[in-house]
Amino acid sequence: MSQSTVLQQVALVGSPNCGKTSLFNHLTGTRQKVANYAGVTVERKEGRVLLPSGRAVRILDLPGAYSLDATSPDEAITRAICLGEVAGEQIPDLLLCVVDATNLRLHLRFVLEVQRLGRPMVLVLNMMDDAERRGIVIDQAKLSALLGVPVVSTIAVKSTGVQHLLGQLEQAIPAPPPPPPADQDLHQRVRALLAAAVTMPTMTDRRDDAIDRVMLHPVFGLALLAAILFFIFQAVFAWAEPFMAGIEGLIGGLGELVGNQLNDGLLKSLLVDGIIAGVGGVLVFLPQILILFFFILVLEESGYLPRAAFLLDRLMFKSGLSGRAFIPLLSSFACAVPGIMATRSINDPRDRLTTIMVAPLMTCSARLPVYALLIAAFIPDQTVAGVFNLQGVVLFALYFGGIASALIIALLMKYFRKDKSEHALLLELPSYRIPSWRSIAIGLYERAMIFLKRVGGIVFALTVLLWFLATFPAPPENATLPAIDYSYAGQLGHLMEPLFAPIGFGWQICIALIPAMSAREVAVAALATVYALSGSEEEVSSLLATVIADQWSLATALSMLVWFVFAPQCISTLATVKRETGSWRMVGIMTVYLFGLAYGAALITYQLTVALTR
Amino acid sequence: MRLSDLSRSASALVTAVDAVGADDPIAQRLRALGFVDGETVRLITTGPFGADPILVQVGFTRFALRRSEAARVRVELTA
Repeated sequence: MSQSTVLQQVALVGSPNCGKTSLFNHLTGTRQKVANYAGVTVERKEGRVLLPSGRAVRILDLPGAYSLDATSPDEAITRAICLGEVAGEQIPDLLLCVVDATNLRLHLRFVLEVQRLGRPMVLVLNMMDDAERRGIVIDQAKLSALLGVPVVSTIAVKSTGVQHLLGQLEQAIPAPPPPPPADQDLHQRVRALLAAAVTMPTMTDRRDDAIDRVMLHPVFGLALLAAILFFIFQAVFAWAEPFMAGIEGLIGGLGELVGNQLNDGLLKSLLVDGIIAGVGGVLVFLPQILILFFFILVLEESGYLPRAAFLLDRLMFKSGLSGRAFIPLLSSFACAVPGIMATRSINDPRDRLTTIMVAPLMTCSARLPVYALLIAAFIPDQTVAGVFNLQGVVLFALYFGGIASALIIALLMKYFRKDKSEHALLLELPSYRIPSWRSIAIGLYERAMIFLKRVGGIVFALTVLLWFLATFPAPPENATLPAIDYSYAGQLGHLMEPLFAPIGFGWQICIALIPAMSAREVAVAALATVYALSGSEEEVSSLLATVIADQWSLATALSMLVWFVFAPQCISTLATVKRETGSWRMVGIMTVYLFGLAYGAALITYQLTVALTR
Repeated sequence: MRLSDLSRSASALVTAVDAVGADDPIAQRLRALGFVDGETVRLITTGPFGADPILVQVGFTRFALRRSEAARVRVELTA
């Protein structure tokens, strides 16, 4: 077997919560590439490390694993990569086995499993600062001698230890470790190693114990969780507002600037109404996504998210979900695309599928412009029951409707599925840590790029497509109706009209639903186009509110609100489901069930309102 | 007795993990995580709803386990 002596590719392996990903971020900065392993939905993170000598080494951040006896797709990938069994993946020249120095009883057992593979490896004792604070003393020389593996200590969030690690990578690839005695029980050997090389004054961190007494308290813990959720919710909707207004202002200004340079005509229309408006429609959602993910990343890095899952597991489990579903579902309130992507943290495929299926029912931020438009136009701004704003009550009801139906759907899935075997929670609650701002910044950058690339492209392309559908063919010379009535979009809308008449949608709404498949908020811009409104985005929204308040009935407005609670009006979400489940069948099931639900609920709402307001 | 029968703050020694059925990945995983003969476990707290899941310290690590999972672990109370 020929093996290069120059280090080209290393892989980080370790159990969950060993600080592997922070270390990866610190080593690579933004020189990372996130994709999927071929044929599976496991995330593949590769980066480049620059060594002090100037040489670059490729580094792979393998999914966290407690054991190579894989019980999840993540662990199966980690094992297969370490063994070089994945087609198209190079076998790593060196395995950097990362352990949390405060959690050696658990993590050393995994190290021994890796050692059995007989590949060159280095043991990285991470989080040495926490270990020192707790008075844990590790005899590194002895540990290295006993294992037959070089040992390096690091603090993932600081550069001190990272220098040692880089120095280690400069050296020749160490010889593969001697295999551990085959007949010896791994737990026995870990105990022996700990006894020989590690002094551990206390089993637990007093600081963690103290924080957990509050955080996991049945009353205070839940109150705190509710407060944190409420705060995040407020922040996403209130703090993002000025940034969104700023982006809208900039895009509007740019549109005017470009528009003034050009004569009225097709080119101006394409640039201003198609391209610039399309870019604006994408960028405007970045603030909400970044703020939400900032909180999620902070909660994740600090170790709070598993605690929240612990507190909520029972409630979620009763409805056929698991405590881990809490994170993806919370993310889905900003956007189902990252939410569905976050279901990777649910290692049980069945729980994961249920979570993916109900994630689109969480009210994402793209629905807000539609809700805002309809509520402003049709729901009076008045106080009910002394304290509540009626518009706010309606908005709350729409959110609540989504959550309640998600619970019902999850229960139905639990009831009807064939595989009723027990699936485990087995959730580690890691030590609390101060989040690494660098890791959070890199995480935010990644989310922003994922959004811009995977969602942005679709929104942009479809906005331009809509412009095309609504512009061609041009109206005849002696046209009496708005130009769009003669276009492809108009023709399509008229075709759809009979189907949607029972739920109160006129052809204008039917037309708007087509481009709104790109992203729900596009419905607002599309309606403006259909009603031949022009001007800055703000002017258009207020004009549109006046127009629809004048032309639509209350029943139509309510029906459309309800439609948007359920309808899978988002190709990006469906594309993400395909990517995450690898199955068009799941996409089909989701599309059919959500459209069915939307049509049924809108039908009831429309007919009931018509009957009541007659 | 079973790990799921422990009262709060009680410590115990693990004696075995019982598999449910022939092939039980949950039991296998529990063993990998350190629930093995002779290991000390302590029940730290329980979840707010129906005292489920439970939070267990094993080795230097805390794991949240549903009661049905904890019922696989046989323990002996320590003084």
